[in-house]
Amino acid sequence: MKLTVAGVQKEYADGINVAELVALEKIETPEYVTVSINDEFVENGSFPDTAPHDGDVVEFLYFMGGGHDAY
Amino acid sequence: MTLTNEQMERYSRNIILREVGVKGQNKLLAGKVLIIGAGGLGAPIAMYLAAAGVGVIGVADADDVDLSNLQRQIIHATSDVGKEKVTSAKESVNNINPDVTVNAHRLFVSADNIMELISPYDFIIDGTDNFPAKFLINDACVIAKKPFSHAGIIRFTGQLMTYVPGEGPCYRCVFKEPPPKDAVPTCRQAGVIGATAGVIGSLQALEAVKFFIGKGDLLTGSLLTFDALSMSFRKIKLPKRENCAVCGESPTIKEPFDYEQPVCDSQTHIECYGNP
Repeated sequence: MKLTVAGVQKEYADGINVAELVALEKIETPEYVTVSINDEFVENGSFPDTAPHDGDVVEFLYFMGGGHDAY
Repeated sequence: MTLTNEQMERYSRNIILREVGVKGQNKLLAGKVLIIGAGGLGAPIAMYLAAAGVGVIGVADADDVDLSNLQRQIIHATSDVGKEKVTSAKESVNNINPDVTVNAHRLFVSADNIMELISPYDFIIDGTDNFPAKFLINDACVIAKKPFSHAGIIRFTGQLMTYVPGEGPCYRCVFKEPPPKDAVPTCRQAGVIGATAGVIGSLQALEAVKFFIGKGDLLTGSLLTFDALSMSFRKIKLPKRENCAVCGESPTIKEPFDYEQPVCDSQTHIECYGNP
């Protein structure tokens, strides 16, 4: 099936779940990534139970610090 | 408010824009922005907003300028090393534009001071590097109904989003809780190219300008990401989380709180809590 993941459309195995997708895409610090499918957030605990469907749009949102180096 | 001849000349490139005009320039001159963190992001934000004629710019930071800051924090110069960052930033801003009133807040934000700190300002800008501060700024702005710009940078990448009360998701909708300390790399650990901070900080300054002049679309409900290596931007739609702990339908966070207190001893107490 085709998924658009982080803006790139590619072929993925049917039935792939979000946890497997995160591993396949080699996401840095996967335990802290936020995932959305078709502009809806996937709850972090339900990655293994959530499988995108053909044509879905998947985004990864990452924690990112900032310009100030103190604190 | 009538602009002086000098102001007409200084702001001519703003005023000539159909979206700005004298009316928009007056809105900028009446604007009050608070920049939290006078670092890599805060530097271009403060400089561009000062140049644009934003009337009051607050800068909050408890640090002193360090030699390692100068690679990206272009508001500070070599001669400023050792100086309070807020003082150095104020001097730079006053040099750029004496029209601007700079409020130097020499403090780190905490739950104890943030509500009072943000209260006089129209638009808040997060230029901090740590997640407890980012969540604190988000929660305080949501509770106080203040619009704010969030941004982050690391290595060759950056991202930003804008929160406007009642108009879209907050930072906590996207990221529910801060990651544990050191779980996600910071610029200090992973590095960052100074110009990346310049790109993202300039975009935050643009959001503030657009907010004041009331033109264009803000990054509400969107996260704009930037990758300097591939030289690409992406705008990712952000949904609102109905059960968000601070901006959701039944919020459980009703006042700001600290995830971590700054590490303070008697020597640094004033710096941490900022009561000069």
